[in-house]
Amino acid sequence: MTAALSGKEIASQLEEKFPGSVEESGQDSLVVKTDSLLAAAGYLKDTEGLKFDYLNYVTAVDYYSYFEVVYQLTSLEHNHTIVIKIRCYGRENPTVPSVIGLWQGADFQEREIYDLMGITFEGHPNLKRILLWEGFPGHPLRKDFNQ
Amino acid sequence: MEVSSDREYIYTSSELDQQEGQLIEEIKASAREAIPDPDAWLDEEIKRNILLTTVDAVVGWGRRYSLWPAVCFPACCAFEFIAAEGPRFDLARFGMDAMRATPRQADLMITAGTLTWKMAPVVRRIYNQMPEPKWVIAMGACAISGGIFRSSYSVVPGYNRIIPVDVYVPGCPPRPEALIYGIQQLHKKINKIHVIPDLPQFLQKGKQG
Ligand code: SF4
Repeated sequence: MTAALSGKEIASQLEEKFPGSVEESGQDSLVVKTDSLLAAAGYLKDTEGLKFDYLNYVTAVDYYSYFEVVYQLTSLEHNHTIVIKIRCYGRENPTVPSVIGLWQGADFQEREIYDLMGITFEGHPNLKRILLWEGFPGHPLRKDFNQ
Repeated sequence: MEVSSDREYIYTSSELDQQEGQLIEEIKASAREAIPDPDAWLDEEIKRNILLTTVDAVVGWGRRYSLWPAVCFPACCAFEFIAAEGPRFDLARFGMDAMRATPRQADLMITAGTLTWKMAPVVRRIYNQMPEPKWVIAMGACAISGGIFRSSYSVVPGYNRIIPVDVYVPGCPPRPEALIYGIQQLHKKINKIHVIPDLPQFLQKGKQG
């Protein structure tokens, strides 16, 4: 079984390296500030002993007052895993940085989130709709979407 | 058990025998000569090689029993169709064993599954590529009306929005028996098609003016 690392432990490591980058931490996940996502993700990927070299998935949740983008990371070397999240406030044009430079596998999933949730991933090389067609009105997985 | 001897019969047994004898005598009397062959006027060659029927019947028969389905299986109903194709239900009985990967060789589209708007142009194109005459069976609730996904933002509420449908087979999914019943209904429909158009009115007998 892949061991789930404690969110609090990872959070304290990140806090040491990048002060003020962690917003919240819990038993099995931590919330990172949006602007320090790339730095934190790069650190998690490359640091000896962590080596989160595999991105299981990216997904997004609509909580009305903010969107949460969720990343599950796994280290194939150490066989452990962690969930990190970022929050973006405002429904008009939520923007988060793309992690495609770190993990190629984020490509289609970020496009899917853009398509269905309307979250823009800055730095994505080919950010366009993937499941719906060009010209579809709105983003159907948002809670306030109505046909 | 003993049968009582004073039981009344409608006929005595000798009467029955007499009637039978009479019938035989009558037939014998009327059968002195052989009935002539009604086709005697045809010469030998033709008699061996010709069957008489109507064009409609022959062409209808040919079309009915060589329906080749085009591949259009976007969702779960496809599995019931696959079961129907398999040995237990054996669609080959109806001449339908040849699934065509190219619509240009197919004349029947069995729409087994949910259709999304994104897929709709493809299905319409497959339909347009099929040569005439062609038919469509809408298989399953999704194909008829969108089924349980009808209110979804991405699902076409019924194939008949984009292509004409001949037979609807309800169910989610329909069992192979239901599909076969639908195919038989389609057979009936094909049977009614006139291959040769009716004569214009002024050429029809007794309908002048
Ligand atoms: S009718 Fe039912 S079984 Fe058939 S495609 Fe729709 S959901 Fe699937």
